[in-house]
Amino acid sequence: MPSNLRVILPLLVLAALAVVFVIGLQGDPRKLPSVFIDKPAPAFSLPELSEGKPVVTPESLRGKVWLLNVFASWCQACVAEHPHLLELAKQNRVELVGLAYKDEPEDTRAWLAARGNPYSRIAVDRDGLVGIDYGVYGVPETFVIDGNGVIRYKAVGPVDEGFFREHVEPLLAQGGK
Amino acid sequence: MLAELGQLLVALALATTLLTSGQQLWAMQRGRFDADAANRMLSVAAFTSFFLTLGAFLLLATLFVSSDFSVLNVAENSNTLLPVQYKFAATWGSHEGSFLLWNLMLCGWTAALALASRGLAPGYRARVLAILVLLQAFFLLFMLSSSNPFERLLPAVPEGRDLNPLLQDPFMVIHPPMLYMGYVGFAVAFAFAVAALMERRLDPTWARWSRPWANAAWSFLTVGILLGSWWAYRELGWGGWWFWDPVENASLMPWLAGTALIHSLAVTDKRDALKSWTILLSIIAFALSLLGTFLVRSGVLTSVHAFATDPKRGIFILSMLTLIVGAALVLYAARTRDIGLGGRFGKLSRESFLLANNVLMSAALGAVMLGTLYPLFAEVISGRKMSVGPPYFEAVFVPLLLPAAYLMAAAPSLRWKEHAAGLLRPFAIATGVCLALACGWVLLLGPFKWLTALGLAGGLVLAWGTLDHARGQLAKLAGDPAQPIALTARMRRLGASYWGMVLAHMGVAAFVIGVTMVKSYEVEKDLVMKQGQTMEIGQGWRLTFIGVDRVNGPNYVAQHGVFELTEGAGSVIYLLEPQKRMYQAGRQVMTEASINYGVFRDIYVSLGDPVENKPTDSVADLAWGVRVYMKPFMVWVWLACVMMALGGFVTVLDKRYRLRRTQTAASSGADRAGAVANTGAAGA
Repeated sequence: MPSNLRVILPLLVLAALAVVFVIGLQGDPRKLPSVFIDKPAPAFSLPELSEGKPVVTPESLRGKVWLLNVFASWCQACVAEHPHLLELAKQNRVELVGLAYKDEPEDTRAWLAARGNPYSRIAVDRDGLVGIDYGVYGVPETFVIDGNGVIRYKAVGPVDEGFFREHVEPLLAQGGK
Repeated sequence: MLAELGQLLVALALATTLLTSGQQLWAMQRGRFDADAANRMLSVAAFTSFFLTLGAFLLLATLFVSSDFSVLNVAENSNTLLPVQYKFAATWGSHEGSFLLWNLMLCGWTAALALASRGLAPGYRARVLAILVLLQAFFLLFMLSSSNPFERLLPAVPEGRDLNPLLQDPFMVIHPPMLYMGYVGFAVAFAFAVAALMERRLDPTWARWSRPWANAAWSFLTVGILLGSWWAYRELGWGGWWFWDPVENASLMPWLAGTALIHSLAVTDKRDALKSWTILLSIIAFALSLLGTFLVRSGVLTSVHAFATDPKRGIFILSMLTLIVGAALVLYAARTRDIGLGGRFGKLSRESFLLANNVLMSAALGAVMLGTLYPLFAEVISGRKMSVGPPYFEAVFVPLLLPAAYLMAAAPSLRWKEHAAGLLRPFAIATGVCLALACGWVLLLGPFKWLTALGLAGGLVLAWGTLDHARGQLAKLAGDPAQPIALTARMRRLGASYWGMVLAHMGVAAFVIGVTMVKSYEVEKDLVMKQGQTMEIGQGWRLTFIGVDRVNGPNYVAQHGVFELTEGAGSVIYLLEPQKRMYQAGRQVMTEASINYGVFRDIYVSLGDPVENKPTDSVADLAWGVRVYMKPFMVWVWLACVMMALGGFVTVLDKRYRLRRTQTAASSGADRAGAVANTGAAGA
């Protein structure tokens, strides 16, 4: 390497990093990419975790507001989120559907058995293909889908107490449309 | 009143540091300065700013301990129910408070340097001090303008919001101070390098002066990372101890750079080689410490433990980072262009092995950095978010760092400059024996896994290489067989720096073995247990669930599980008592795992939630989710980090650093023969 480039290189790396950071700081890391908002929820048909139950499809949930929670037994942040989901399930005001993402069904079952099962239906997305359709980039994520089958909100990372109040209740108040 | 006084002290410290360093640097630039007078002034400024920030820190601590909720910082991070030791620790639990701590440590390091650097060449010492005092001014300015810990909240609130319960743990109390001691300590190495550039003193002396400081900083950082990791192990309840989370990576990156730095400094000190590399690594280690702070505090990356984040502060830290590091790199570009490669060395020599170590460490650093920042790059370029998980890090880290263990085994016994290939034979034989032993070990434990065997062999050969070299060194010093010199005298002759290296390298050996065993043979079980039920958890261990009751802590209520752990026939019984705590102020639920530590295995139990099958279940029948882990050799990982850190601290005691300093001050071109004679010893 010519010695000019050798001595300048660290400076160039620093400059490049600084530019990326400045751009990166403009966005809120917890905010979702807007691509999926107000678009119809992509269709899928996945087996249900408990054997014997019918397959899970978004069409079968038409007409009501429902939440699609992407989780996995290997996901650490899901443990933090879990008590909130159990609380949500207890209130029973909205259908909570789980998407077991890239997970072995027996692992998912053991995980839920140990922590309690908040979901009314659980779709098994073993190879993560549905996750790709939904633009899942990290687990957990939670999609809020209205009665027309349109994605209205996407929460990245664990949901908290404020999530239901801010993003689901207004929708229920409007009658889910 | 106290809050205003604290703010005043910080402002006074800012004025002192800014004026002194500005005036001195200006004088230096014009080439008209009296080095001794400058040193006196800068030392006074260093002590003044240290006592001013110490005063401010104690005032903030007082505000926390007395629960003064008219101060915003206190109201947001403390609570009257908090036990008093955590009220005190909450002083640095928030972003603002932790920056005050950062400043206090920087002032502490500078004051220590002012005290202990009398032996340095006066002109050089003045530059080092001026740079550190200027850095203080930067950070104090940042604190006053964008994260003032003394900001008032008027009217005051009756009750505070509480300290993040995750931080309410004795080890978490000392984790940030240790980590910061490391981060800030690299500022000293940075100042040494930049001062060397300013003075065009690119000879081995600056490296020798920098070594004990860099070693101490590295050791503190090691302790800080160890405490953070151990805390995650006990507190998060996930059984893991390293998650490749951005916040963890932020502390690992300066550690890797620091590891490369302390070895590179040794080469520059001993052989006058790798000069511009060493300078660059000094700058990079500190730049990464700043980057770590930026990543953790700006919220530019999402993390499971994103604490207080604020993008505005992010811009501020980023500008400061760019300014400080940019200025140093400009100087680096201007001053190192024409320096040669320094001392030459052959392909097989101690230098080449140390260089290989540097390259592996830097590659590992690059890999961690890429993995940590990739989501950000991807988002900036394509607008899509994505994440990089442990599989990536494990896939790149192992092939980069495992060879380092084998190289480290041979490096200390290689000669400087040129080593005859034939002399490597004992090492080759030892490697073969260790590989055979490791294969046997793996086969005893179950199906053969070649990566496990390679890891164990790496640890074994490293331990052998280190101890064998020490034995050889001691034998060489024995002298006349008729009148052998006493062992203790010979050990002393080798010097603290040598024994520190031996200790640290043995630590690395233990680490490699520990990690290999944990990663290859850990067992994880998710169980559902009813009271009184006993379950086999493997290797002859049985776990009996006695029950769950409620206990009240000072600021939480806990569900307190009791388990009996028995081995074999059941003659030995251990009690394990994991808890689930609900903290009252924030209503967060925290898991306290219970761990039975052992030399060869940890058994780790964490309490999940009750499983409500049917509403009619009586409380006694309630089944609970229970997570059990069997972690072989886990303790080795912790002890290994302790050994590495201790090794680093021991090197600081080496008389050679202090001796040399006074000698060099007297006659600047001290003869190198003495240093080289000692080299067999105090290598890397």
